Amino acid sequence: MKRSLRPLAATAIIFIIAYALSVLQFPSMLSTRVLGNFLTDNAFLGIAAVGMTFVIISGGIDLSVGAVIGFTGVLVAVLISWMGIHPLLAFAIALSVAGLFGAAMGLTIHFLNVPSFIVTLAGMFLARGGASVITQDSVPINHDFYGTVTGLIIRLPGGGRLSFIGLLMIAIFILGALLAHRTRFGSYVYALGGNEVSASLMGVPVARTTVQIYMLSSMLAALAGIVFSFYTSAGYPLAAVGVELDAISAVVIGGTLLTGGYGFVLGTFVGVMLLGLVQTYIIFDGTLSSWWTKIVIGVLLFLFIVLQRVIFAASTSGEKSPEKA
Amino acid sequence: MKRLHLERLANPQLLALAGVLLINWLLFPNFFRITWQDGRLFGSLIDVINRGAPVAILAIGMTGVIATKGVDLSVGAIMAVCGAVAATMVVAGYPTPVAVIAALAVGLACGLWNGFLVAVLDIQPIIATLVLMVAGRGIAQLITEGSIVTFNDPALIFIGTGSFLGLPMAAVIALVLMVVVTFLVRRTAIGLFIQAIGVNRAAASLAGIRSRMLLMLVYALSGFCAAIAGIVVAADIRGADANNSGLWLELDAILAVVIGGTSLLGGRFSIPMAVVGALIIQAMNTGILVSGFRPEFNLIVKAGMIILILLIQSPLAGRIFTRRLVPAKAAAK
Repeated sequence: MKRSLRPLAATAIIFIIAYALSVLQFPSMLSTRVLGNFLTDNAFLGIAAVGMTFVIISGGIDLSVGAVIGFTGVLVAVLISWMGIHPLLAFAIALSVAGLFGAAMGLTIHFLNVPSFIVTLAGMFLARGGASVITQDSVPINHDFYGTVTGLIIRLPGGGRLSFIGLLMIAIFILGALLAHRTRFGSYVYALGGNEVSASLMGVPVARTTVQIYMLSSMLAALAGIVFSFYTSAGYPLAAVGVELDAISAVVIGGTLLTGGYGFVLGTFVGVMLLGLVQTYIIFDGTLSSWWTKIVIGVLLFLFIVLQRVIFAASTSGEKSPEKA
Repeated sequence: MKRLHLERLANPQLLALAGVLLINWLLFPNFFRITWQDGRLFGSLIDVINRGAPVAILAIGMTGVIATKGVDLSVGAIMAVCGAVAATMVVAGYPTPVAVIAALAVGLACGLWNGFLVAVLDIQPIIATLVLMVAGRGIAQLITEGSIVTFNDPALIFIGTGSFLGLPMAAVIALVLMVVVTFLVRRTAIGLFIQAIGVNRAAASLAGIRSRMLLMLVYALSGFCAAIAGIVVAADIRGADANNSGLWLELDAILAVVIGGTSLLGGRFSIPMAVVGALIIQAMNTGILVSGFRPEFNLIVKAGMIILILLIQSPLAGRIFTRRLVPAKAAAK
């Protein structure tokens, strides 16, 4: 097996073991129904996490994801329910707004040369504040189109359901993987995360790529917001608070290095599924409170970071930092 | 050095605070009115100092962390944990000093854990502290068993709502902490060492600075400050709310530090200015509230402020300023 695939394999094996243990305890967890709900319940998180993967591979971080999901939900709900615009047009508007938003963040990061985390922090305040200024209440969406889309279900043997949004998430993951590993843009992202200076010396258009990365992340977050609005049939300004943390956790658990330059889109998929498994297990157990989710995710995050350190230290054992020397 | 001197002369943070207070006064003419009632001062200005204290306390610890080119995202969660520890121990019948010391020790331990991840395991600070940020609230809920633990212990409540020489206790604590930490950092070589690590950790280590030890110390201080803030907030509402105590305050604290002129790229910091930064944020919050605007505008104003600071701090602006200054100086000569 290729050395570089080890973290991905580690995550996948841990997921399989964890799932097998859960199934041993609760045999009913091995059903198409549970697997189908896995996809549906985590669709918005998965889509947002794809964008986050690109950002983290490029060596940055995007804290505005959750706020953009909330903002998009409110924007779409207001456009559809208050202004009577067709959902598809509303989606196009929301995606364009998010694209501009991401472009502005990318431009700021590149041209003002500031850490991405503080710029996207400002973006988070802006998007969350903007959503709250539009409305403070939950705006329901009652459009036939929403009913049609939620009705698009593939029934699986065993009572499972593959929903449209679940399939959309899988499609986004496949497209994301192709974009990362098979296109020029993808290799630019990896180059940027490896070393920005050498990337620019090699002829990578750093400014354009940075802007595109944050546009991609914000637009995928907006898509996640649209998916979230399908999931809840409403837009709420405080929706998806803290989803950026879940997305970052999923990316890290999926084997992407936070220092940039190394990672897998499909690893993020396993990461999202692992987070979903933790939640489902806690629901199945019934006696554990929901706050155990947070602790387990924190522990997983810690384990994977340490695992990465060990693998990373093993692969670069030749160079020693001055402190260790 | 000259540029630093100029900045000190103009002191943009104090000017900004004065500006925000002035705008508040224009929007709300009674803003500066302070009355003496029941042995303490009352007024919007006192409210700013009182409400700004938790963020100011967090900012004191955060300044050290950011000066080493790090960041501590876990302070909000540590606040929740320490508040929960203090509240549950008081309810369980332990004497107040024991509960407070235990909470402070827990905060210190959380900070040391962060420091261990950053300094010994060499993990990026954002990610290292993310672990506690995610898990911390879960731990806090574990301690409070999912409910809001309320208490009636007068000594503990005094920490949050009492007053000393007419000033709110929270503000007094923040002030004392600021003076002590500033003294510790500026009157010894620790401040210099912290700056050296922030500029170039490898070089600092080669120069003989024990960077591991200092990084641990800096994160431990941040955890300790978070514990103090957690106790103050819990005492203020007479209860420990694991879900909402300190929620998003880490972001306010980072913002306060950045407003205070500490560079996110490490190497330059000022603790008193970070406290002023916290006061600026609170003055804006209070201003928006008293002038009748909807509190939602708060977030947008904060975002605008971050963008403005980034513009001022950016190398781009630096180039423009120096380009303008250099010919002017040449002409003067």
